[in-house]
Amino acid sequence: MTLYILCFILFLVGIYGVLTRRNLIKVVISLTIMEFSVFLMFVLVGYVSEGLAPLVTNPEGGNIHVVDPLPQALVLTAAVIAVATNSMMLALAIRLYKKNGTFDIRKINELKG
Amino acid sequence: MEEWIIILFFVIPLFGAFTIPIAFWFSPNSPKLITSILTFILLILSLYALVYQPKSTTYILGGWEPVGNVPIAIYLVRDGLSGFMLVIINLIAFFSAVYAMNYMEEFTGKKYFYVLVCLMIAGMNGVVLAGDMFNLFVFTEIAAKSSYALVAFGVKRDELEASFKYQVLGGMASLIILFGIAMIYWQTQTLNMADISYMLQNTENNIFPVFIQLILITGFGVKAAIIPFHAWLPDAHSSAPSPISAMLSGVLIKTLGVYVIMRLFLNVFQLNESVSIVLIALGGLSMIVGVLLAVGAWDLKRLLAYSSISHIGYIIAGLGIGMTMLARGENHLAATLAFTGSLFHMANHAVFKGLLFLNAGAIEYSANTRDMKQMGGLAKYMPITLSSSFSASMSISGMPPFSGFFSKLIIIVAAVIAGFYLIAGLAVIASIITLAYFAKFQKYAFYNKSAGENSAKEVPYLMRFSMISLAVLCLLMSVLVLPGIRDVFLNPAVNTLMETTEYATRILGR
Repeated sequence: MTLYILCFILFLVGIYGVLTRRNLIKVVISLTIMEFSVFLMFVLVGYVSEGLAPLVTNPEGGNIHVVDPLPQALVLTAAVIAVATNSMMLALAIRLYKKNGTFDIRKINELKG
Repeated sequence: MEEWIIILFFVIPLFGAFTIPIAFWFSPNSPKLITSILTFILLILSLYALVYQPKSTTYILGGWEPVGNVPIAIYLVRDGLSGFMLVIINLIAFFSAVYAMNYMEEFTGKKYFYVLVCLMIAGMNGVVLAGDMFNLFVFTEIAAKSSYALVAFGVKRDELEASFKYQVLGGMASLIILFGIAMIYWQTQTLNMADISYMLQNTENNIFPVFIQLILITGFGVKAAIIPFHAWLPDAHSSAPSPISAMLSGVLIKTLGVYVIMRLFLNVFQLNESVSIVLIALGGLSMIVGVLLAVGAWDLKRLLAYSSISHIGYIIAGLGIGMTMLARGENHLAATLAFTGSLFHMANHAVFKGLLFLNAGAIEYSANTRDMKQMGGLAKYMPITLSSSFSASMSISGMPPFSGFFSKLIIIVAAVIAGFYLIAGLAVIASIITLAYFAKFQKYAFYNKSAGENSAKEVPYLMRFSMISLAVLCLLMSVLVLPGIRDVFLNPAVNTLMETTEYATRILGR
């Protein structure tokens, strides 16, 4: 239970950063922290205590206590996707810096959603 | 027909995406030709599958049969709803790709544009066909990532800013969706949608699935731009190049947002009345706030983007009404009508909003402005843009012979039969205000005296071809409500929604 609470605290740290930071790079870092808190939680959800690797070692053998590889596979995929997001956002931040000469979002806001 | 044909729907665009950079070495003109030809093949395939493969088909990737009762392979499912969505996606993709052949002339790095377009089509087709949450998530991300890059494609200041904003909100939506998927896994120990549905039917806990549904409404609500989560949409959709705006507004928000909500909430989760009331409330809110925001807009593409929010509201409200009626177990007529209206409006909105964005692109191409105050007097110079945008405007504001009228009418009738008089009233009011701001668009763009000398010309042939075809479709789509044609296109999709959790039985066969 403590681990889940720690994950939640990490999530809150990330969302605080996204909401309050003014620097584009720091927004990207905060978003990454949020993403990784969710990944950690997903790994925790899929955790099987004293589970074995999901390999069939003895096909006839009786009750095998194995880990489901599904959450691990999904978290790996999601982590790769998160890396793509980060590189894309950092590239955009650099382009924005070249156009505006600043990373400060208060000085960049031209569009009003 | 063979089952494996399903997989072609995302293998073909992925093949295109990775062939284009190589083909570019041999001929700089090949990327646009490859994209157009591939999207045309996809359109033909989707229509062929719709007509000749009316039953639902399941394709198990790699042929890994279920072990015991546990499905372990990747499932691809093409049923009525998926087939319906595939036709819409590939139709708009084809016309946008043809339009882009002329429109993208002045941009640099065109091959990357076509690579991203192909990836986005692959992602959307994959979302529609995915039979498990894993692939649904991955394909959602493929489509969303390509759309982020495409929004920033012009690399002007506001385009970069819009894309950054879109990415921050889209990234948060993705991780909320991932959180929802983690919660689903926690509850059911599986990610196959049919298996999730089966597990949830046999569980006692009724509160936890509702919690998951609310999380997923938030996540997919951002992707669909329902009102409290809409902040990225007007910026992103107005900044993208016009053929991409047509695809974003026409199909992307529907595929990643509305389709997934429909599939998960009707076929996977148990129906729950309170969740469907939430959907109705969000839909009604989007409907009315979207039009009020659109009335004040002077930027043409921004006006169209706000209008998309309001029309997503119609679709979500119709869906919510149908869900409520099914959950209460009364009045199946109202539920059928609501789903029919909702799906029909989705198809119509894809066509006319796609067309309107293409028109906006044509005006931008010729008159070089998006500000409606600076247009004026274009009727003389651009007769085809005028007539096609008139057709789309009439359709979107619900004038009788055009398709928009019938879908709105069906939704309103369903709301009245179901007893949601407030939603019916809001839908009528929103429709009237829609007429008002499209009259404003027509007047300021085409009829007002222009301030200065106007050198606008009609756009090149391929752009005209796309606009005329979609304008004709605006009118032709009305025949979809006729009984014979409805059985091919709309009814299979409606039946998929109406069967609710029998979906699990259909896929797993137990």
